[in-house]
Amino acid sequence: MRGQLEQYSRGDSPVHRLRAGSKLSIALLIVFATLATRLVQWPVLVGIAGLLLLAAFASRVPAGFLLRRLLTLEPFVLGVALLTLFQPGGGLICATLIVRSSLCLFTMVLLASTTPFPELLAVLRWLRVPHLLVTTLALMYRYLFVLACEAQRMQRARQSRTFSRRRWPGWRTLATVISQLFVRATSRAERIYAAMQARGQR
Amino acid sequence: MHIPDGFLDSKVALGTAAIAVIGVGVALRQLERTLPPRKVPLLGLGAAFVFAAQMLNFPIGGGTSGHLIGSVLITVLLGPAAAAVVLTAVLLMQCFLFADGGITALGANIVNMAIVAPVVGSAVLSACRRWIRGQHGLVVGAAFAAWCSVIVASATCAGQLALSGTVAANVGFSAMLSVHAVIGIGEGLITALVVVALLRARPDLLANDREQPEVGRGVPWLAAIASIVVMVCLAPFASEAPDGLEWVAGVLGFEHAAVAPASAPLENYQASFLGSPWSAVCVAGAIGTVVVFAMAWLLGRLLVPRQRAG
Repeated sequence: MRGQLEQYSRGDSPVHRLRAGSKLSIALLIVFATLATRLVQWPVLVGIAGLLLLAAFASRVPAGFLLRRLLTLEPFVLGVALLTLFQPGGGLICATLIVRSSLCLFTMVLLASTTPFPELLAVLRWLRVPHLLVTTLALMYRYLFVLACEAQRMQRARQSRTFSRRRWPGWRTLATVISQLFVRATSRAERIYAAMQARGQR
Repeated sequence: MHIPDGFLDSKVALGTAAIAVIGVGVALRQLERTLPPRKVPLLGLGAAFVFAAQMLNFPIGGGTSGHLIGSVLITVLLGPAAAAVVLTAVLLMQCFLFADGGITALGANIVNMAIVAPVVGSAVLSACRRWIRGQHGLVVGAAFAAWCSVIVASATCAGQLALSGTVAANVGFSAMLSVHAVIGIGEGLITALVVVALLRARPDLLANDREQPEVGRGVPWLAAIASIVVMVCLAPFASEAPDGLEWVAGVLGFEHAAVAPASAPLENYQASFLGSPWSAVCVAGAIGTVVVFAMAWLLGRLLVPRQRAG
């Protein structure tokens, strides 16, 4: 699962070689510029889109991969944007929202697919984010896919052993799976603490 | 409920970012003082757990499925301060690794899901545990707190969208609250089931919240009452356009789903003895809240055997 999501973030290209801090600031600048532009100033938006496409091309991340990630996130944008149609003047608001949000989304997808997460953590550390939060993020990143795979294994095991057409027992067993997942997460946390102690962590 | 980029204007984005920094800062300070070092890895694993639990789909029927949100579950398991930090980590990860939720809306998302949800959840939970003793109180509290936190978080989300001038208040509140009244019931049910399963398997893990520093005696009561008052006061926004709810529901095709306890008594009261829609919606909101509490109480009775309840 980690392979699928991060297969291109550790690649080698001019975009990958940029430092994470500068990439993050550039991404933020692009997002702010997009949000400050009205729809009537469309040449600016087209320019930003062109810049992003150029960066995507230079990063050598396959277009299909970027498109797939973009499309999985677009429903959220469309869902809220559709709500704006139920008010006077909603058409323009809706169009603005969809265009701007899609551009911002593309920026963030591009940032995520060209920057390994540990480099972003280093930026957070440099920004003096409290160490407890950075440690939490680092451990979460390390064990995110471990626990996700564990959850999938447990669910597969459950599906191969219990079967019922009724919904209520299904919910109860799924809740049991989640509770077991927490039990395993807790004991894993204890083992990690013991391992940290064993390696001389104060 | 993740707000994408472009849906908030600069004043709301900056304001919520400031609130988020202060809120998470307070939670981190409290944890640094009270959390024993051996529990520090549990924060990271808790965040990974919330993320993994969100990936398990519960079949609802008709080919659709939903998943746990988990903010109240993690509040029950680790306490409100740790839950705030864990949920902030989840949101940061979703923003930077998955591009889910905008970077300019990060503050608003953290306020809604990592600060408002655990605070409301833990206030309602401790109020319930004061009223109903033992495991029964814990299960009822977890279910009711999950529903309340989903409702209040969706209301603050609709409020942010309305303040930004993105979605008009009457449309936003009615659409968000009616959908989330239903989502909240599912969330409450799953949270209660997980808590019951943990009570059976590892009750010692749930003893954590007794180690937490005791909040002042009156505070949880006040917070619970305040959250109910907020809910009842927010409901009038829905009544600014009384038929907005039905219209949105009809267009989006969830008119059957919208017959949630929060909205079901509404029509009767408006039609009959209460003249002004304001008070009618207030009463409807209060009745809906009471009905959900009664459902949570019954669920607790169903799931917790009587001899263990006391």
